[in-house]
Amino acid sequence: MREALYTTFTLRADDLPGEERLVELYRTMVLIRRFEETVNELYMEGRIPSTLHLYIGQEAVAAGVCANLRQEDYVLSTHRPHGHALAKGVSPRAIMAELFAKATGTCKGKGGSMHVGDMRVGMFPAIAIVGANVPIAAGAALAAKMLKNGRVAVSFFGDGAANEGAWHEGLNIAALWDLPVVFVCENNLYAASTPFKLAFKIDCVAQRACAYGLPGVVVDGNDVLAVYQASQEAVERARRGQGPTLLECLTYRQCGHSRSDPRTYRSREEEEAWRQRDPIRRLRERLLAERPHLAEQLRHVDEEVERIIQDAVDYAEASPLPDLAELYTDVFQEG
Amino acid sequence: MPQMTIAEALRQAIREEMRRDERVFCIGEDIGVEGGFGGAFTVTMGLSQEFGHQRILDTPISETAIAGVAIGAAVCGLRPIADVQYGDFLFCMMDQLANQAAKLRYMSGGQVSVPLVMRAPVGATSRGAQHAQSLEAFFAHIPGLKVVAPATAYDAKGLLKAAVRDENPVLVFEHKLLYGAKGARAEKGALSPVGEVPEEDYIVPIGQGIIRRPGKDVTIVATLLMLYRALAAAETLAQRGLEAEVIDPRTLVPLDKALILQSVRKTGRLVIVEEDNLTNGWGAEVAALVADEAFDWLDAPIKRVAAPDVPPPFAPVLERAYVPDEDKIIRAVLSLF
Repeated sequence: MREALYTTFTLRADDLPGEERLVELYRTMVLIRRFEETVNELYMEGRIPSTLHLYIGQEAVAAGVCANLRQEDYVLSTHRPHGHALAKGVSPRAIMAELFAKATGTCKGKGGSMHVGDMRVGMFPAIAIVGANVPIAAGAALAAKMLKNGRVAVSFFGDGAANEGAWHEGLNIAALWDLPVVFVCENNLYAASTPFKLAFKIDCVAQRACAYGLPGVVVDGNDVLAVYQASQEAVERARRGQGPTLLECLTYRQCGHSRSDPRTYRSREEEEAWRQRDPIRRLRERLLAERPHLAEQLRHVDEEVERIIQDAVDYAEASPLPDLAELYTDVFQEG
Repeated sequence: MPQMTIAEALRQAIREEMRRDERVFCIGEDIGVEGGFGGAFTVTMGLSQEFGHQRILDTPISETAIAGVAIGAAVCGLRPIADVQYGDFLFCMMDQLANQAAKLRYMSGGQVSVPLVMRAPVGATSRGAQHAQSLEAFFAHIPGLKVVAPATAYDAKGLLKAAVRDENPVLVFEHKLLYGAKGARAEKGALSPVGEVPEEDYIVPIGQGIIRRPGKDVTIVATLLMLYRALAAAETLAQRGLEAEVIDPRTLVPLDKALILQSVRKTGRLVIVEEDNLTNGWGAEVAALVADEAFDWLDAPIKRVAAPDVPPPFAPVLERAYVPDEDKIIRAVLSLF
């Protein structure tokens, strides 16, 4: 009975994307993983001034969803935005420089980790108030609909956001007006330290979709191919003018909530079990088993990503600090 | 030149802006429903007939969504005119206004702009504590938001049009007792500041105050309903030989500091009148400004006339004691001499 409230998406193994796309999905995930591992090391060394919310373990969601988007489509993100930004095509140099609080960062050093974004590639400045991006994504979708420019908006959020009022108001109005938006819930089982079961009477977030009259879909968020296929349907549905979808990706945050989190609220066994389902390892093993000829290409990708990350760090370190005059600019737009 | 109420002038401003620019649209509760109210105070009455429900968007009772949708649409190329039925409901959307609309531009390093207009009726009108507050100071405190408060029909049209064309979020505070004393939703005790409103396109620049009554003995700064009480007080004071200069800032952010300072340097005395609670109101900021920059010209302490630090009461007798009136303004002025 409950199953009827939402759909569980199953991978269509006979409908996998072409090899170019498969390698691209792998590349995006590795880029995110290595970016996050690197900034974590830099943080530990005291070279990055702010806290960080790392995306390690959730890469399949950003990679799978964003692969279905055009550059002009909108992505709205959260306090954990590095993965979404990289997947949407924001320059790793500019994100790294922002983390280093440099003038060359995406936000000129005025946003920081929690607000990275680049509107030139459709990446909104990330919104770090939980749930707040949901109605804003609906507004971006309303603009696309009224301007008839064919764009789609994607709102990423965690399971915690689904208990915010803004989330409910945003989903309702988006469904009511058939707005071209996809709501992607990254259910990583914990809202900071609070387990899902302490915050929800129900089994999954997607169950709530029917209350607002939009489809709810649950997908294995650690299987990038399943996320890719499920989000493709949601994005195409939105682009056809048929309205929003709530896509819940079941995943796991392998690191703590932020850099100060000792993860004492969950067991090492649980973490290990999820590491066994690591999204990058899964895709890599699948590709090597089914398409061994890709081995060399994947190795090239790994090497290319290392170069990109090192280049981003070098660029960020060499970049200047913001001019003190910047303190006073960008409050208002003149003219 | 046509005579209009403020409600009519606001409606004409919206109509002209929507005809001028197809990116402009209205969003809010009960604003375009057939047979409905045309907004809580009739400002959007009839607009859905001309522009259709695709541009006059009736929402569920979802203030957070109204603000969030307006913000997202504004960032992505539209020019929303949003409204809340009562200013008090702005608190329901506070995150969207204070954390999102006000900060997206700054925290993105200037990548985005949020050209949205949020219209909000303020003022105590026998509705009790949750449909009565004057909230201008809350928003004047947040960098990134502009705050205007038109008190005449001419300014209502001109400032609203300026707000629509501004690249930044602008809160337009309108007073419930100034919309006009006629029509289906007229307020008991309302003034009817009918005024001349040109048919043609014009704007009142945001950030420019105006001298409503020249005088040499004392400066009174007041907005919205308080402006009319200050003007009435000034008439009475004139009969007693005191010439008050009454200044209507019209915009609280950015404030026309030069106009206020110039006046105080002439009169040497300052009384600020606001309908908001006394403590930490915008009047305190004006007082601090003058103390900072015109101290040497002051011949007397700066006085504020404001509501006491209590919630707005319901009983009309209490409400009359709560909202500053002509007598309180006169007493404050006389205490300076």
